[in-house]
Amino acid sequence: MDLSPTTQLEMQRRMLRIRRFDERASRMVKRGQIPGTVHTSIGQEAQVVGACMALGDGDYMSGNHRSHGHPIGKGSPLGPLMAELVGKATGVCQGKGGSLHLADFAVGSLGESGIVGSSIPIATGAALSSKVLGNGKVSLAFFGDGAANQGCLYEAMNLAGVWKLPVVFLCENNQYALSTPAHTVTSGVIAERAAGFGMPGVRVEDGQDVLAVHEAVVEAVERARRGEGPSLVEVVTYRFNEHSEGLRLGTDYRDASEKAAWVERDPIVLFRQRLEREGVASAEELDALEAEVMAEVDEAVRFTDESPYPDPSVAFKDLYTEPIGAIA
Amino acid sequence: MTVMSYLGAIGAAQREAMEADERVVIIGEDVEANVYGTTGAGKSRKDKGDFLEMFGSNRIRNTPISEEVIVGSAIGAAMTGLRPIVDLSYSSFLYMAMDQFVNQAAKNRYMFGGQASIPVVFRSAMFYGLNTGAHHSDRPYPMFMNVPGLKIIVPATPYDAKGLLRTAVDTDDPVLTFEACMLWGSKGEVPEEEFWIPFGQARVARQGSDVTVVAISSAVPEALAAAEVLGEDGLSVEVIDPRTLVPFDTEAVIRSVQRTGRLVIADPAHRTCSAAAEISAIVAEEAFESLKAPIMRVTTPDTQIPFSPALEKQLYPNRAKIEDAIRRVTGLMANTSNPELTSPAPRM
Ligand SMILES: Cc1ncc(C[n+]2csc(CCOP(=O)(O)OP(=O)(O)O)c2C)c(N)n1
Repeated sequence: MDLSPTTQLEMQRRMLRIRRFDERASRMVKRGQIPGTVHTSIGQEAQVVGACMALGDGDYMSGNHRSHGHPIGKGSPLGPLMAELVGKATGVCQGKGGSLHLADFAVGSLGESGIVGSSIPIATGAALSSKVLGNGKVSLAFFGDGAANQGCLYEAMNLAGVWKLPVVFLCENNQYALSTPAHTVTSGVIAERAAGFGMPGVRVEDGQDVLAVHEAVVEAVERARRGEGPSLVEVVTYRFNEHSEGLRLGTDYRDASEKAAWVERDPIVLFRQRLEREGVASAEELDALEAEVMAEVDEAVRFTDESPYPDPSVAFKDLYTEPIGAIA
Repeated sequence: MTVMSYLGAIGAAQREAMEADERVVIIGEDVEANVYGTTGAGKSRKDKGDFLEMFGSNRIRNTPISEEVIVGSAIGAAMTGLRPIVDLSYSSFLYMAMDQFVNQAAKNRYMFGGQASIPVVFRSAMFYGLNTGAHHSDRPYPMFMNVPGLKIIVPATPYDAKGLLRTAVDTDDPVLTFEACMLWGSKGEVPEEEFWIPFGQARVARQGSDVTVVAISSAVPEALAAAEVLGEDGLSVEVIDPRTLVPFDTEAVIRSVQRTGRLVIADPAHRTCSAAAEISAIVAEEAFESLKAPIMRVTTPDTQIPFSPALEKQLYPNRAKIEDAIRRVTGLMANTSNPELTSPAPRM
């Protein structure tokens, strides 16, 4: 696949944004600066960005609890995302969503979901509206290997299959659902389940390679755009951090050497080496890119710090399009 | 005006809504063949497949039996530009999609800070009283009243069925409509032209001054029949049909109770945490000093619905039970002999 240097650098930029944003969020959780929990995509950036950048600006995407990477990958600015994690009025959801429920409709991000699997039908419905309205938009549903065992995925795949909806089901197989190894709760291979619904299912074995992910998802998106219907893409990857920041499990459910081997294959390092090797960018240019992203994250934190908390009355706003009953 | 059945009125509303707005689509099981009688252009069930001919398969969509994704995809479609009407046939099937109703339909607009609205209508029939047993006889609207973010309508007449449904389709929030199959065949005058009934405005189905009866859905004709009988005894019964439970017309009920001083609520749902329970609480909070007698609820007891006609029939609020309750609160009957009026299901 021939990608322009600009596109490749943009991939690296977005992966870095996710990494630095999540690292910062992780620190802020530990310092008590972010309430609640956050789930980082550290280690999984190639999979997120490779998939998101297979979509166009107008295309739709829904995500899950491992939530910041998806809108960042889709091009969402960092300030309002960070402000949302802290619960500020300037947050992308005005402080109503928090980490688990980021949404940025301006970039086609229809929302993350704290309920595992629950956003898959939403992306499917967005694909239905594209189909009925004939606007050519494609929709992508991110979900984990744990979510792959939720029934709604199969209802959605069947419906999308019979209606030939322009949707891509993307399984982020990081091999664990919290502490549970995927193979102990998942019968067979997730990608192969596609065959039962008459749609292509591909497994990207190296989810640390952003170009490999991108290529597979581009194919699925093109197929969707041609009106040929849905696809399932399973990407094998790994999360470097704990399931959730702040969560310290008493058991070592992951083998230290297994983890070390994956950390060795850091997708951002791998892609940087490749960009240098292939002469897409010099070491200096890549250093500058990293510095730029770092500054963007600093700026997002500054924006957050300087933002006010929402007015308490806002707790009653936006439940309905117009206020009803006693609620303002 | 023309005379229409309740089902015919729903069909007419759906046709008008489809004609008025290209973004309106109907999705559900067996909607293409007009099996439930609301997706044909004519007034009867014989007019099969008319909507499919009129609007095409892009807008009239038969679904697999997959309630969770039917509901979820309608939400996603509504968030991105369509105005779907979802036919879920029996209300008992809503449970299959509980996650999508509660976690997505009701919460998305709120959680995402108002970035998208969710203009979708979920239709379902409360298919009770027809010996279909516990899996098809539910009247679950109170459960959904407990979920902020959903609007809930309970049309009791053909006129309301048409006017409320048009409003539901044009509403930018998710609306659940609970249609009682007991009312399907009922006939009434309905304008042939388009009209919309605003949500949150109760209808005074009958004026009276001695007692207020708030009746929901198929309890409305039963309450009217009870009022008729009691009228012969010289009792003036006001019957209020709230028409929409969320939003609820608190004012209309309070105003009426302030005049009559007595309240009976007839609600086909189960007694515990019913709509009747909520309405009782509202009146107790806001009009306690007007009450001359305790509020009485006539509901279905807290039991599952048995199959045998001998067992099922007695359970729902009917004219006799409503009449008894009215007699009690007006002092016409000092000690009721009907324990169902006052107690939930007998505890075993
Ligand atoms: C319906 C539901 N069940 C359980 C949970 C609790 N939970 C949150 S994340 C998670 C693991 C999900 O694993 P997976 O889908 O593989 O995503 P990953 O965390 O690995 O990215 C669980 C069990 C939940 N949020 N929702």
